[in-house]
Amino acid sequence: MAHGTNHTPGLLPQFDDLEQQRVSYNLGMWIFLATEVLFFGGIFMGYIVYRMHYGHAWHEASRHLIMPAGAINTIVLLTSSLTMALAVRHSQLGQNRACARLLLVTMGLGIVFMCIKAFEYHHEYEVGNIPGIRFTYAGPDPGQTQLFYVFYFLMTGVHAIHMIIGVCVVAFMALMSRLGRYSPGHHAPIEMTGLYWHFVDIVWIFLFPLLYLMGYPK
Amino acid sequence: MSEHIVEPRIYVRVFAALMALLALTIGVSALDLGLFNWVAALTIAVVKASLVTLYFMHARYGSHQVWLVAGMGIVWFLIMVVLTLSDYVARGVIARP
Repeated sequence: MAHGTNHTPGLLPQFDDLEQQRVSYNLGMWIFLATEVLFFGGIFMGYIVYRMHYGHAWHEASRHLIMPAGAINTIVLLTSSLTMALAVRHSQLGQNRACARLLLVTMGLGIVFMCIKAFEYHHEYEVGNIPGIRFTYAGPDPGQTQLFYVFYFLMTGVHAIHMIIGVCVVAFMALMSRLGRYSPGHHAPIEMTGLYWHFVDIVWIFLFPLLYLMGYPK
Repeated sequence: MSEHIVEPRIYVRVFAALMALLALTIGVSALDLGLFNWVAALTIAVVKASLVTLYFMHARYGSHQVWLVAGMGIVWFLIMVVLTLSDYVARGVIARP
C-alpha cells in the first residue's frame, strides 16, 4: 500500500497494517522491560549479597520500617494494576471515555502511592535514618544498618522514579484517549503504558517482602 | 494473530488472588520459620508476579516472541544471581593452599 494514497490514521509508513504495527510495538516494549529486569536485577543482586553478610543488622533495620505503610502501598499498587488492565480492555473495545476514566483512577492511585512513600521518607528523616545526611542510629552495627538504608532508599527511590514517569505517561494517555485518538485497531500506546505500569507493580511485589517483611519475626 | 480481550471477571479474580496472596505473605512473615520465611516470601512474590505477567500483561495470550523475550529477562537475571552466589557461597569452602 503506497503511503498517502490509502492512509490509515495512526499507521506509520514502515508498517504494512495496524496489526503488524501493534505486534511490533508490543514486542519492543517487552524487550525494553527485559532490560529493566536487568537494571533492577543488579540492585537486587547487591541486596542479596549484603543481606547474606549482614543478616543480623539488616534484620534489625528492616523492623524499623513502617510495615503497614508498605502493605497499604502494595494494596494501592495492585488495585491500580487492576484499573489499568480494565482501561486497556476498554481501549481494545474502542470505549475511549471509559478508558480515560480508568486511566485517571490509575493515575490517582499512583499519586496516593507516592504520597504514602513521601510520608515514609519524611518519617525516616525525622527518626534520623537518612544515610550520609542525617543518620543517628544508636544500635549495634551502625555501618551495616546504614547500608540497609542505602539499599532501602536506592530501591524504593528508583522505583519511585519509575512511578513518577508512569503517572505522567498515564495522564498523557488519559488525555489522548479522552480526545478520541485511539480506536480498536489503534490503541497500542495504551497497551504499552499498561505493560510498563504492570512491570513497575511487579518490582514493588518483590520490594515489599524483601524490605518490609524480612525483619519479622524477631 | 489478533489480540485477546479478557473478560473483566477474570481480572477481578486475579486481583482477588493477589490480595489473598498479600495477606498470606504478611501472615507467614509473622511466624518464625527460620530459612523457610525466605522461601515462603519469595515463592509468594514469584506467584504474584506471574499472575500479573500472565493475565494483566496478557503474556498468557502473547506470541512466542513475547514468551521468548520475557523468558530471556528471567534467565539473564538468574545467570547473574547463580554465578554471583556460586562465588560468595563457595568462599571458604575450599581451603587455600
